[in-house]
Amino acid sequence: MIGDGGSVPDGEVDGLGERELLDLYRSLILLRKYDERSLVYHRQGRIGTYAIFWGHEAMQAGAAHALADEDWIFPAYRESAIGLLRGIPVSTVLSWWRGHPAGWWNPADYNVASICVPIGTQVPHAAGFAWGKKLKGEPTVALVFFGDGATSEGSFHEGATFAGVMRAPLVLFCNNNQWAISTPLSAQTAAPTLADKAIGYGMPGVRVDGTDVLAVYEATREAVERARAGDGPTFVEAVTYRAMPHATADDPSPYIDPERVEEAKRNECVGRYEGYLRRLGVLTEAQVDEVKDWALELMREGIQQAEAEPEPDVSLVFEHAYAEPWAALRADLAELRRILGG
Amino acid sequence: MAERFLVEAVNDALHVEMERDETVLVMGEDVGRVGGVFRATAGLRDRFGADRCVDTPLAEAGIMGAAVGLCMAGWRPVCELQYDAFSYPALDQLINHVGRYRWRTGGAMDFPLVVRMPYGGGVRAPELHDDSPETYYVHTPGVKVAIPATPADAKGLLTAAIRDPDPVVVLEPKLVYRTARGEVPEGEHVVPLGEARLVREGDDLTIVAYGAMVGVAEGAADRLADRASVEVLDVRTLKPLDEEALLASAAKTGRVVIVQEAPRTAGYGAELAAVLAEKAILDLRGPVIRVTGYDVPYPYWKLEDAYMPSVERVVDAATRLLEF
Repeated sequence: MIGDGGSVPDGEVDGLGERELLDLYRSLILLRKYDERSLVYHRQGRIGTYAIFWGHEAMQAGAAHALADEDWIFPAYRESAIGLLRGIPVSTVLSWWRGHPAGWWNPADYNVASICVPIGTQVPHAAGFAWGKKLKGEPTVALVFFGDGATSEGSFHEGATFAGVMRAPLVLFCNNNQWAISTPLSAQTAAPTLADKAIGYGMPGVRVDGTDVLAVYEATREAVERARAGDGPTFVEAVTYRAMPHATADDPSPYIDPERVEEAKRNECVGRYEGYLRRLGVLTEAQVDEVKDWALELMREGIQQAEAEPEPDVSLVFEHAYAEPWAALRADLAELRRILGG
Repeated sequence: MAERFLVEAVNDALHVEMERDETVLVMGEDVGRVGGVFRATAGLRDRFGADRCVDTPLAEAGIMGAAVGLCMAGWRPVCELQYDAFSYPALDQLINHVGRYRWRTGGAMDFPLVVRMPYGGGVRAPELHDDSPETYYVHTPGVKVAIPATPADAKGLLTAAIRDPDPVVVLEPKLVYRTARGEVPEGEHVVPLGEARLVREGDDLTIVAYGAMVGVAEGAADRLADRASVEVLDVRTLKPLDEEALLASAAKTGRVVIVQEAPRTAGYGAELAAVLAEKAILDLRGPVIRVTGYDVPYPYWKLEDAYMPSVERVVDAATRLLEF
């Protein structure tokens, strides 16, 4: 879709006008700024360990833009900020990374499930949700994000099996960045491609360039249309190369290929798309500055709000674990308060 | 009231609740066409259709994980896991998601799912059809656990579980599926979670049990009748525990024997003993004694009678305590 301004010509996506192209750009920049600032906040000690998604923005924004508002997203931690595209405040997501209950949200308010931390276990949730909506006769589609490593998990297998059998309106979106922390894809699977796995679940598998936001958008849109038409799930494999550490606690130097990292950085998705829009003549220098300033300001406000949250009351240890805390839990809280002198 | 076997009472509860609430959905391996390997779900598919009584793929983590998503889509799934020892693949979902999800939405979302499974030994079954896994479930935060011993409680506890806004695991003692028979109220019948059942009153010693071990406890109480007045307490809900009933009985008799099928170490009996140690120490006239399965793999069935707590072992423990 996105060419190189030279020998490879740019393509177009039907239905994406200038406004939609710029909306997509805003989403990419918002995610990029979120990620870059989060790395800074981590180094400043303002958020905890953080899973970097620099270079994954095209997969996240491209897929999210292919969904309708009533469609649900089931993110993994790599997509921790995907909710920003659905209106979840920056401060909420930052609070989650700060280990603060202000990071809670009601999934039904944004049609974004809670961030999944174990690997691949959100796939059956999304399959069950999509199937459940289908049973209710609602046209809702679900999209679940996971990484290449997740495709080795039993949960992925069982979730994909359910989705296939129930013909659930689900998009299984794999961000294949070719690394599961330090384990390369070659040690993860003997399958020639991850998309090949789809055939075993009775669903189409498609491969797409994960650094090309338009290609991601179009592949996802086709999958969403299939799902909404009642034709069942699709597996989308978006391929990229992880140019950053797995997380702030990771040092990739013992295992990563520095030349591939440099190549991935040169080919990174936001810059590619920016070049495309400039060649198309729909993005001016002033607009670039405006969007980046807007995103930066959102981040500034977000971290301020997150840091302004009062310390959570210890009652939140107990509250919400059950609909009604029973006597023993109430006694635990009372004892804790007495000891803390509260 | 009709006389029913325990497994028929389970079936009755499912019929009544699915009739009452159209968001209740039964799912599991072989629950539809054949009505479950123990026929607990017989008739549901005919009555409510294949969309509400769903034969799933043979995938326990998939069942439990899909149930999470079904809750988010507005359903109240009742998942059958076919056997105790085949439930373990679902533990990942139960521990990491089912028990946590409400909390991590700040209480905004309910996860009113039920997991029910036949459990326990003594049925002359092939390997790994005999486990008593209740401790794993009790130890999982965010999840409640109930175990009925009678047909009426099998119906009433399952009904309460289905209506509860929190996830509930109901373990059904398969040994007495078709031997425990008793009066079961017609129509809607709720036994609230968190209330123990005083099976029989006594003054000298309390035997605390749940599931199929309640019958063993009663057998031991009969055997001891000429020597001691024995109280039998059926825990019924393991979490939340009815501490009041346990402590009241301990205060009354001063002697407590706990019976569980599961292996001894860190089993549910240890929790009961710990509660007594913390809150009833001055009421006790002797040590709390556990009669349990052993800390070994559940044996082949030619040896299972030696493994399972028996009336003789409970009588032996009670005698030691009475003579302490």
